[in-house]
Amino acid sequence: MITSDRLKETVYRELKKVEDPEITSVSILDLGMVDDVIVQEKEAVIQVLPTFSGCPALDLIKKRIEEAALKVGGVETVNVQFVYDPPWTTDRITEEGREQLKQFGIAPPPSDHIDGEPWHVDCPYCGSTYTTMENIFGPTACRSILYCKSCKNPFEAMKPVANL
Amino acid sequence: MRTYETAEEALESPEYNEALTELLFQLADDDFLLAYRGSEWLGLAPHIEEDVAFSSINQDMMGHATLYYKRLEELGEGKADDLSHLRSPEKFRNAVLLELPNGTGNYLEKPNYDWAFAVVRNYFYTLAKKIKLESLKTSSYVPLQHTARKVLMEVNYHLMHWETWFNQLIQSTEEAHKRMKNAIDQVWEEFMGVLSTGDKGDVMARSGIIEDEETIKKRWISKVESVFTQSGLHLKEKPQMKSGNGRNGEHTPTLESALDTLSEVYRKAPAQGW
Repeated sequence: MITSDRLKETVYRELKKVEDPEITSVSILDLGMVDDVIVQEKEAVIQVLPTFSGCPALDLIKKRIEEAALKVGGVETVNVQFVYDPPWTTDRITEEGREQLKQFGIAPPPSDHIDGEPWHVDCPYCGSTYTTMENIFGPTACRSILYCKSCKNPFEAMKPVANL
Repeated sequence: MRTYETAEEALESPEYNEALTELLFQLADDDFLLAYRGSEWLGLAPHIEEDVAFSSINQDMMGHATLYYKRLEELGEGKADDLSHLRSPEKFRNAVLLELPNGTGNYLEKPNYDWAFAVVRNYFYTLAKKIKLESLKTSSYVPLQHTARKVLMEVNYHLMHWETWFNQLIQSTEEAHKRMKNAIDQVWEEFMGVLSTGDKGDVMARSGIIEDEETIKKRWISKVESVFTQSGLHLKEKPQMKSGNGRNGEHTPTLESALDTLSEVYRKAPAQGW
């Protein structure tokens, strides 16, 4: 008999492999999108915190979570719920997630940002602090476009969002 | 004041549910229509960086509308997609200002769009949106508190963006200043419609769904007053509502043409995923 705690642990292990479709180097777990996993009998309820409201990847993420959880022996049905309490904030991204963002060429959000104030990020390529903000809005809802004046590379950074 | 934790609880009180539903339609339709008007600017914004930023803002706003339509879905009003695409114009509760076209012409042909109007409409709207969201953070309907908190995080970025445009253009050349003043006059004629909470506003305030209309108006006017003072402008009389109150279903024919365009594909095949 597999206990529900063991099953829960296995579900988490599978979720670690689910990538964000728009940032394929980071798992949704390291992005801090999974709030809770509840396993009862053969059903896994997975509560997910959406990142930005207009993110078109949500349906795809939901599908990938379902597929991943169904790989776990003992889980027969999966129920993915999007929840808004607590809100997703960028401080939920794990240390590993922050490293993986850099590998994708995206600077992780500053962890000490005060909302409404300008923020500063270092270049994810050369580590220089000599960077400028080109556009707060970028190719996806969660990213901004910056430029590194040291290594002369444009790069992206994840926008900080905090609970006000 | 009683709080309502779930849709089921709200549904037990018909009067509460009616006022709540009404407000959710106002919030959803406001974002939905302005995001649509914004999307018509795609490829036409003053420069490429603005094209990226403006379309990102519109995408966020469409997302906000979706969140409110989902809350309505939970209250048994119908599917979110149907609510946005299949309702007739008189069922829409958006303010008239937000349905008005971007200028003369059409986005496919001779789009003679007015950037000053886009900046002023979006800036003033975002100021009002933020004031309402701050009020909704303590709403008696708990799911709406959570939605407001989520939307607020993104709205701060929008506000920063429009504030920058507004301040730069109003302090720019004589021509820019003149165009901005014209846009302010145009927006002023209808802005009361954005601040109105309609016929059900009293019930909304009494049951703690959102604060009363007068409080929201005062906060907005005092904010705009300080913006005007900084820019050397003068606040004239109160904003007006010349073309009717959208909160009560009064609209211009431009709403119908907007809905025809934006719902064309969905209406052809509602069962299709796209």
